[in-house]
Amino acid sequence: MSTPNSPSMLQALSPSDSGELEQRRVLFAEIDASCRLPVLLLFVSGLTWLLIGTVLAILASWKMHNPGFLADWAWLTFGRVRPAHLNAMVYGFASESAIGISLWLMCRLCRVPLLYQWIIMLAAVFWNLGVLIGVAGILAGDSTGIEWLEIPSYASPILFFSYALIGVWGIITFRFRRQPHLYVSQWYLFAALFWFPWLYSAANIMLVLAPVRGTVQAAVNWWFAHNVLGLWFTPIGLAAIYYFIPKVIGRPIHSYYLSMLGFWSLALFYNWNGMHHLVGGPMPAWLITVSIVASVMMTIPVVTVAINHHLTMAGHFRKMKYSPTLRFMVFGGMSYTVASLTGVLMALRSVSEVTHFTHNTIGHAHVGMYAFFTMVVFGSVYYIVPRLTRREWPSAGLISLHFWAAALGMFLYITALSVGGVFEGLAMDNPDIPFLDVVKGTLPYLRIRTGAAFLLAIGHTAFLINFVWILARLWRPYRQATPMIIAATQPESGPIKP
Amino acid sequence: MNYGPLLFLGVFLTLASSWCGLVLIPQLQLWKSGGLEAVKLEKTGEFYPPMRSGLAEHGREVYRANGCIYCHSQQVRPKGFGGDFLRNWGQRRSVGRDYLRDKPVMLGTMRTGPDLTNISLRQPSASWHMLHLYNPQITSPGSIMPPFRFLFETRKIRRMRSPDALDLKPPFAPPPGYEVVPKPEAQLLVDYLLSLRAVTPLPETE
Repeated sequence: MSTPNSPSMLQALSPSDSGELEQRRVLFAEIDASCRLPVLLLFVSGLTWLLIGTVLAILASWKMHNPGFLADWAWLTFGRVRPAHLNAMVYGFASESAIGISLWLMCRLCRVPLLYQWIIMLAAVFWNLGVLIGVAGILAGDSTGIEWLEIPSYASPILFFSYALIGVWGIITFRFRRQPHLYVSQWYLFAALFWFPWLYSAANIMLVLAPVRGTVQAAVNWWFAHNVLGLWFTPIGLAAIYYFIPKVIGRPIHSYYLSMLGFWSLALFYNWNGMHHLVGGPMPAWLITVSIVASVMMTIPVVTVAINHHLTMAGHFRKMKYSPTLRFMVFGGMSYTVASLTGVLMALRSVSEVTHFTHNTIGHAHVGMYAFFTMVVFGSVYYIVPRLTRREWPSAGLISLHFWAAALGMFLYITALSVGGVFEGLAMDNPDIPFLDVVKGTLPYLRIRTGAAFLLAIGHTAFLINFVWILARLWRPYRQATPMIIAATQPESGPIKP
Repeated sequence: MNYGPLLFLGVFLTLASSWCGLVLIPQLQLWKSGGLEAVKLEKTGEFYPPMRSGLAEHGREVYRANGCIYCHSQQVRPKGFGGDFLRNWGQRRSVGRDYLRDKPVMLGTMRTGPDLTNISLRQPSASWHMLHLYNPQITSPGSIMPPFRFLFETRKIRRMRSPDALDLKPPFAPPPGYEVVPKPEAQLLVDYLLSLRAVTPLPETE
């Protein structure tokens, strides 16, 4: 990224002399102020959904090894709590945080303050209302029965229209950018803002409002569900990593051309992946084969991005000790590589024969949604919120606790379900083992998963305390304390673009 | 790459390609090949897939509402692929035509419990299903399926025992003088489960 707009040699030697830096500081302060209310609203409500989703997750996980637990209420039966967890996390926590991060990044990279904040606030309120009605509807038994699209048809239009406001606003910001140079994060953000409404509306129309006939439904379902991860969360997660790693360590991205290759190969291959969820299913064979091929091709964007990030970080890994943002980002970036490469393996027919229909898939989904995306969200929030509030995070210890509980919890979760899932699959394909013995064989792994869920909950609680605490400080006058994290994470003394 | 319209075009075309390839073309392919129509079977002169009874149709709503799909698949993989045939989950693989009357199609992606494509053939007894739903430990000790007691009512026996009352033995039996009877939802769900079978040979399964 260094060639276009590279600063003059004088600036490079002594950047603090230039007026440009001071100008940028003022602009950034203006942008942060304009984003303050909407982005904080999105983060706070996202965090609320994270906690609701965590409670639902622990309930569902506990029920898997104690089936009699809370079994007398229809709305708390496993088959309702589980999709309620998924939707609270995907549409509540993850999407709201993703939107908050996208808007802030978009404004910063376009060098434009957020205009008409009330539109975003209104959209955020309605989005929350949509998720609330949707999750309550699922618990009440109105789920559509379509995975990743369970939110009933009386709530999904609310989500769509509030998204439309936000998406349009993001694109408008992009259109009226004052910075002619486009940074790689902007490509990803622009693409995600455009892809999501297409996926969501097409899938809702073809599955819920005017359903297509027969197994074409399954094709639409997995085209959508896989792309929500691949074309909505992944690009926003990558946009954040591409922004924050160079920002925190103070050096540009290693290679512009690798960034370009990574972006376009992701755009080209990821959206063809979905049918690998239907290996062995009642679908035309070519359809599944095409998706398996596309899944294998995903190696290109993943390895490209991994190399690019790694070479950017090379020699700077020690900074993870001081910057929580960097710690979460690097963890997320590495998990992205792991998630995608295991995903390539799982798409192969011979592997899918064993792992399909087992807990291995659930483990894999959490590598993508949690170890990659959620960790990136945490890292971004730790960076953005102090700038929005002009306050420091009150407790560095709580941030450490959050990181280690999340990292350890995820490690336990993924290991248990990945390994347990393979054993489960091997046993299930062997007819000499009675089915009930296959089920009993999974119990130890399911119990470890519940333990992992409690660890994650500890991390989330630490996050919550810190978040409430920093918001409480808003009512105290701003005072220039020794900036603990801002100083450590923003060495703006180098010629860094952006 | 600083040119917005180019970015837009690329982003648009990539998703459009998979939308056409994975969503539109299968639809056209199935439609053109007649895969989206019921077929008349030569032997019996009946149409396949058959219409479900109205009760079973309502039963599918109970199945959907309570998220049975999160533990049970409804698809038999081809012979030699996985253990589906060996576990006697089906005598032929599932094909697209089996699902023509299903709204929504609930193929499922998990087998925490066994596949249900042909459950009505493996467990043809309605009373078995009732006991299994009321408390899986009665019929399958050690199962991790949750009990669906909320689909049943425990009530005082008036004059005589209801003919629908479950035949429960200790330790599952209700207190003396009480009986457990299925609510309508349980009845519908069992009707649906007993309608699940896909064994009819079709041209595409030969």
